[in-house]
Amino acid sequence: MIPAAVDYVRADSVEAAIAALVEHGDEAKLLAGGQSLLPLMRLRLATPTVLVDVGRATDLAGISVEGDTVSIGALTTHSTLEHSAELAVACPLLAHVASVVGDPAVRHRGTLGGSVAHADPASDLPAAVLALGGTLVVAGPGGTREVAATDFFTGFLESVLGVDEVLTEVRVPVSTGGWSYQKFNRRAQDWAIVGVVVAEGGAGVSLVNMASTPMRATAVEAAVAGGASATDAAAGAADGTEPPTDNQADGAYREHLARVLTARALTAAGR
Amino acid sequence: MEVSVTVNGTGRSADVEPRTLLVHYLRDDLGLTGTNIGCDTSSCGACTVLVDGRSAKSCTLLAAQVDGAEVTTIEGLATADGLHPMQQAFHECHALQCGYCTPGMVMAAVSLVDEYDDLDAAGVRVGLEGNLCRCTGYQNIVRAVLAASE
Repeated sequence: MIPAAVDYVRADSVEAAIAALVEHGDEAKLLAGGQSLLPLMRLRLATPTVLVDVGRATDLAGISVEGDTVSIGALTTHSTLEHSAELAVACPLLAHVASVVGDPAVRHRGTLGGSVAHADPASDLPAAVLALGGTLVVAGPGGTREVAATDFFTGFLESVLGVDEVLTEVRVPVSTGGWSYQKFNRRAQDWAIVGVVVAEGGAGVSLVNMASTPMRATAVEAAVAGGASATDAAAGAADGTEPPTDNQADGAYREHLARVLTARALTAAGR
Repeated sequence: MEVSVTVNGTGRSADVEPRTLLVHYLRDDLGLTGTNIGCDTSSCGACTVLVDGRSAKSCTLLAAQVDGAEVTTIEGLATADGLHPMQQAFHECHALQCGYCTPGMVMAAVSLVDEYDDLDAAGVRVGLEGNLCRCTGYQNIVRAVLAASE
């Protein structure tokens, strides 16, 4: 299908993007790589009246490592993350997760900031940022603020981003401890039916597609901190979740998957 | 709005609605119908083209997003000297049956071989997971991509 009629504004800087968002309010939608937004617009599940295209805002791309922090510009593509020699050293978990998003064509266009801002509970990268204890840098007309990833996601495809704000940067700690991403799906290139991200040997554990937002598996993290084995810690993986039921799996099956995949992820991470 | 793109080495321009998808721009405005439309859900890869040398699904891009970029379609691969090595490999390995997925499959394969070193059969299968063939199967496609990558 063809998207509904829409106006188009090209914003080649964060400043220009914020100005356009201020002007057009909640009728506007930011367009980065478009790999999540355009499919929704084609199905007319999303019908913004103004698209603010930040896809060529060069001040939003790039990876840098300083001290204990990896800073990644919001427009950095999954493909760039996947192939970054710097990221492979500083945060191999994030590079790996980026490499299993969609397919190569999607990864060439899709961006880290776009994926996080889209806030899809079934997406890989938001959960990875969550498990890593990342921070999101958000710019608006009043300046810049930092939001912990744990406070960022508020509901299905919803976040704390205001209508006039732009996610500009994703920061994650340098993380070289044991890690794993277990993504379970039945068809290539599908979203995860359930996914489990383990960072730092189990200090950070997050779940994909187990609630209306990506979420931390706090019971698992606490059990790991208390010295539990991978299997024992994984028993609490579905605690506090509200898994969806759809044509792929019902909630009970997803809870089962969460426990099994968590045990595998913890084991793979060296727990 | 005016969208200008270098397509297969030639500057092209058309006045289109902002909502125009790249695949419609290529097919309807520029008359380049080698790029096919398959699923309309970003799943099948029939519409794959190269944008600045890397594969992209032209049904999941607005023409406006590639204003100023270089786009290569299946029409741009062959030269006066003959087929592109990937096209030649698809021909020799019989990597097609009905041919509908082939333009996208070839473009995705060209990008894949350029992006990943030391591809093996498993790597080709994973790398082409965004391109669906519903008739000949993947066996000969994988053979062709491996042949062309050597």
